[in-house]
Amino acid sequence: MRLFVDVTLSGVANGMVFASLALALVLVFRATNVVNFAQGAMGMLTTFIAFSVLEHGVGYWVAFAVALACGLVLGGAVQLLVIRPVQSRPPLNAVIVTFGLLILFEGIAGAVWGNSNRGFPAAFSQSGLTIGRTKVAFSHFDVFVVLAVTLLMTAMVALFRATTLGLRMRATAFAPDTARLLGVRVSRLLTLGWALASLAGSLAGLLVAPTTSFSPTFMDLVLVYAFTAAVVGGLHSPPGALVGGLVTGLALSYVGGYLGGALEPLGALALLVVVLMLRPEGLFGAPAARRV
Amino acid sequence: MPQDLPAAARVALLRALRRFRLPRLPLVRHLLLAVAGGVLLFVITLELSPFDNYELGQIAAYAIAIAGLSLLTGVNGQISLGHGAFMAVGAYTLAELQAHQSVNFVLQLLAATAVAAAAGLVIAVPATRLQGPYLAGMTLLLALALPSLSDRYSSFFGGDQGLPATAPGAPGSLDPQRWLAWLQILAALVVLVLLANLLDSRFGRAFRAVRDDEVAAATLGIHVARTKVTAFMVSAACAGLAGALVALSTGVVSTGEFPLSLSIFLLAGMVIGGAGTLMGAWWGAIAVVYLPNQWSQSLAGAFHLGHLVSANLAVIIFGAALVLVMLLAPAGIQGALRWAAGRLAAWAVAGRGGGNVSKQERQDGHDGAVPALGDGGRPDPIRSTGGRGGA
Repeated sequence: MRLFVDVTLSGVANGMVFASLALALVLVFRATNVVNFAQGAMGMLTTFIAFSVLEHGVGYWVAFAVALACGLVLGGAVQLLVIRPVQSRPPLNAVIVTFGLLILFEGIAGAVWGNSNRGFPAAFSQSGLTIGRTKVAFSHFDVFVVLAVTLLMTAMVALFRATTLGLRMRATAFAPDTARLLGVRVSRLLTLGWALASLAGSLAGLLVAPTTSFSPTFMDLVLVYAFTAAVVGGLHSPPGALVGGLVTGLALSYVGGYLGGALEPLGALALLVVVLMLRPEGLFGAPAARRV
Repeated sequence: MPQDLPAAARVALLRALRRFRLPRLPLVRHLLLAVAGGVLLFVITLELSPFDNYELGQIAAYAIAIAGLSLLTGVNGQISLGHGAFMAVGAYTLAELQAHQSVNFVLQLLAATAVAAAAGLVIAVPATRLQGPYLAGMTLLLALALPSLSDRYSSFFGGDQGLPATAPGAPGSLDPQRWLAWLQILAALVVLVLLANLLDSRFGRAFRAVRDDEVAAATLGIHVARTKVTAFMVSAACAGLAGALVALSTGVVSTGEFPLSLSIFLLAGMVIGGAGTLMGAWWGAIAVVYLPNQWSQSLAGAFHLGHLVSANLAVIIFGAALVLVMLLAPAGIQGALRWAAGRLAAWAVAGRGGGNVSKQERQDGHDGAVPALGDGGRPDPIRSTGGRGGA
């Protein structure tokens, strides 16, 4: 029972992180029909920037804000410089470009900061909270993770549902040609969409870094778990990213807790296979009719 | 007159192109090309040092994996981000067979190919039912899952040291590296002939039809899902064989030999060489074998790069190359070569009116017009479209 509670709690915390990166994947996929396999590496790069800022002795929150701002800029720059030119070609080309960016960023991070494992500081204590008289595997930092991702999700919902900018962005993703005819600046909004997605990815990087060995490849597995989460939720659905993230986080936590941590990647693969066989459109997706 | 020389060259080129005709039957044509390539490579191995032969053999092995990937991506329009994992499947099959059974060397290679194809089937069936990024994500996950599996089942995977793999002994006093290079080159040529025939067959046409338009392919009676699974299995089988052949060179099989960067290098080699072309696999394999070691070391030495930069140089170059090739020249090296050959042929034909070309040749030039090259057509440099015309 103790183990079950602990595993569930850490599954929730991990799931929220997967949800934020899955949200980034979904935002980009919805707008441009491309899964950005470099999303994790972009978050890794901005987290390393935060690491350098921290080494200059400024406060944690300054570094946090710098990383998020760099994420925004990096996302927009990547879309403008390398994604926009391949958008008119088959989607496979864009996938190959994102995969090239993935290792390019990892190589750059390795060249600048080295490939060795380091530690990244956490905003709050990482030792478990004491509830009543028992200590549970849920720390102040985990509370912060849940709150930060909830805040991000709420802000995104507010942006998309309550502002005209959000309405235009939804129109861009839903029917780009019609939106363009109605005077929406489609390509500008696509750049903004990539920037916002990259912000979510940067947040994921900052939240994962303290809990793992911090090296240029630390986001690789997080990215594929987030991809699993996005597929579980339905690749087009932002609420699906949240639910998919939690489902994936819990499932992997149970696999890791009861069967051994080394089986987590295999567990994710199994989850992906099950979802694709039983409900390929994901929990929140509608089966898509293919247009001819 | 100054114009005489280019005109004469044009005529000579046109005549040479006209005489140089490969047989029409695909099997004969591919065998002929393979034998010619084999003789060339055989002569090269006689001149090389053991270490160079070791690398030439590795190039041949990687060419098999990249050719399979090229078939998957360039011809069938699917992508695998984790082909290194299938190389690992092939290599481990070979090593486990050598450890527990005494089977023939050829059977070991066939088993490595078959087991990798089966692994490809398991991945492809759920992922290829849908259009979209599912196969890419699943293969990436597979490549990343491999190291943690070897931690968990270290007795099977041989732990950090890995398992030994021994190459078959060389006959007589032959240099073992040269013997191994011959075996690897022979395997590569056999596979490339088989792949070239496959691409010229009903299956190859189905692969292309599915890539271009799945709905149209389905209305023509092509089973889309089955075609995609077949293409993925073929390419996984190629990777498995390549993994086994590379293991023979390195002598050891451990999961550390198959990191995610290997899968990315394979993809980069395929894109640089030219997706969808079998010749391009050789250019890609050369880059995959030389760039991470010799080339990046000499680059780092020439520019006095620091230790951290030179350790990451190959990764940076391959990453940048993937992005730049896709942006600037998606057809890769082989595409550029074809374009150049097409320009040369067009130049030769364009000059036929100006020079002292015979009347007979001028007529031939009309019905034997040079087809558009560089558009992913056949690998032979020129192809006569008219049936008659006896140059």
